[in-house]
Amino acid sequence: MFTKVGDGDRDLVKVIFEDKEIMAPPGQSVAAVLLAEGIRSCRETPVSGEPRGPYCMMGICFECLVVIDGEPNQQACMRTVREGMLIKRQHGVAQIGPDAKAESDPAE
Amino acid sequence: MKSHYQLAIIGAGPAGMAAAAEAAAFGAASVVFDEQPAPGGQIYRAVETPAAVDRAVFGPDYWHGSKLTKTLRDSGADYVPGATVWQVSPTREIGVTVDGSAMLLTADQVIVATGALERPFPVPGWTLPSVMTAGSAQVLLKSAALAADGAVFAGTGPLLYLVVWQYLQAGVAVKAVLDTTPRSNYFRAARHLAGALRAPQYLIKGIQLLRGINKAGVPLIRGVTDLRMLGEDAVSAVEYQRGGDWQRIEADQVFLHQGVVPNVNLSYSIGCGHTWNEAQLCWQAITDLWGESTVEGIAIAGDGAGINGALAAEHQGRIAGLGALYRIGTIGAHERDRRAAPARAGLTAERRIRPFLETLYRPVKCFRVPPHDETVVCRCEEVNVTAIRKAVAVGCVGPNQLKSFSRCGMGPCQGRLCGLTVSELIADLTDLPVSEIGYYRLRPPIKPLLLEELAELQAPAAME
Repeated sequence: MFTKVGDGDRDLVKVIFEDKEIMAPPGQSVAAVLLAEGIRSCRETPVSGEPRGPYCMMGICFECLVVIDGEPNQQACMRTVREGMLIKRQHGVAQIGPDAKAESDPAE
Repeated sequence: MKSHYQLAIIGAGPAGMAAAAEAAAFGAASVVFDEQPAPGGQIYRAVETPAAVDRAVFGPDYWHGSKLTKTLRDSGADYVPGATVWQVSPTREIGVTVDGSAMLLTADQVIVATGALERPFPVPGWTLPSVMTAGSAQVLLKSAALAADGAVFAGTGPLLYLVVWQYLQAGVAVKAVLDTTPRSNYFRAARHLAGALRAPQYLIKGIQLLRGINKAGVPLIRGVTDLRMLGEDAVSAVEYQRGGDWQRIEADQVFLHQGVVPNVNLSYSIGCGHTWNEAQLCWQAITDLWGESTVEGIAIAGDGAGINGALAAEHQGRIAGLGALYRIGTIGAHERDRRAAPARAGLTAERRIRPFLETLYRPVKCFRVPPHDETVVCRCEEVNVTAIRKAVAVGCVGPNQLKSFSRCGMGPCQGRLCGLTVSELIADLTDLPVSEIGYYRLRPPIKPLLLEELAELQAPAAME
């Protein structure tokens, strides 16, 4: 379990992971924010469906794929949190096309 | 951003930043593309805005990076963060995506400074959530001030001990360090001690790290000969073999590391010639005295052309920058050679420690060529050792054919996490040298690209 070792951050932004509201320090990667919340896996693989979580934290392994604001296949370690960001687990193969986007984005 | 540059540099680590500084000093129109939101590369990650951690945690070597980032910022080169370069053609057409918009531009000269990545560490259970790399532990500490209390570190290599030491400096408890360095490495490395003593600063640093780990009372378990990660939905324990016996440690976070290797995806996709480096057990681009690859106008600087460390990368960046300026016609041979001389001397000095480090931390075969049937080799397509053995048994002769046999290496990471294992595993099964087995044939785009981005592809001029 990851915990903060430095001073507290100010001016937090609110992001939503699945149904959970998370207050996150701006400028941090989505993967770091999820790990800090104790979220260890962020997707299930397309082949066997086993859970996976962030591995390399530098954009090369593609293990931390999530759906961000309706866009699938986003590398959580390469995306910076933004106020109001909607983050979802990616279940298996990414759903693409307009239907998938509408389905994952409650605003539409 | 312009549609054409005299020099394009891919990567804003020490090599890329030094190259940019050199080029800009002579007024060459230069651009630096980097995937991260801030310059520094992985080694100096977040050095401009480090998370709120005590400065002493990272040590002075890290803070040296802030000089480089300042030089880059002041250089006059166009610095483009958050830029994913997905293609560089042999004629130096560059495809890059920034903020979801893909564009094409050209350059007279290109310097690839894409650095290193951690060597694959395929052991049973390494795909479980909360099994991560030592590098990732450091990234989280540098960029987010996050650390995992009570983690187990396993493997070998300077970065492993450095991250453990940094955790301890930050007041974070480390449950155990499972050291896979074989005893025989110490004897072999002793032969290179004379060379290493000419670079005493590295030896002293290494001794300080190990002493610090010992002093903190962290169990440093040497002579580990096998490892497996256990757990259901995430890792819950590590089992390790030592002296023939298996032992178990409960752990909800494990960090693995067995050295770094060149990140060759871009240089391979351009068509640059590569060679197998037997001392470092990795593929690296073939370069000349100025870092130029076998493709005209494409140079490789830094760890991408063989692992030499951050300070060497800086020297190599400078040398590659001067080489590019000469080929552009900005400077003459005399000026180029004169300015490169100190960097060459620096590079020679930096390389002195390498034979010692390479021998001491040479990863043992069973962690490079996984002996267990169930070990996943290709994480993306979930191809295990058994599947690869079967493919080779029925006549699969190399990594490219293995793709058609098993989809191994065909996932989004494009072989970054399995390529080396596959080359070495097939070499072992066929009893051929790795140099004959070769590597995956890599093609652009080297990072996933949406059809939508391609359809809306534009020249940067149209964006201004």
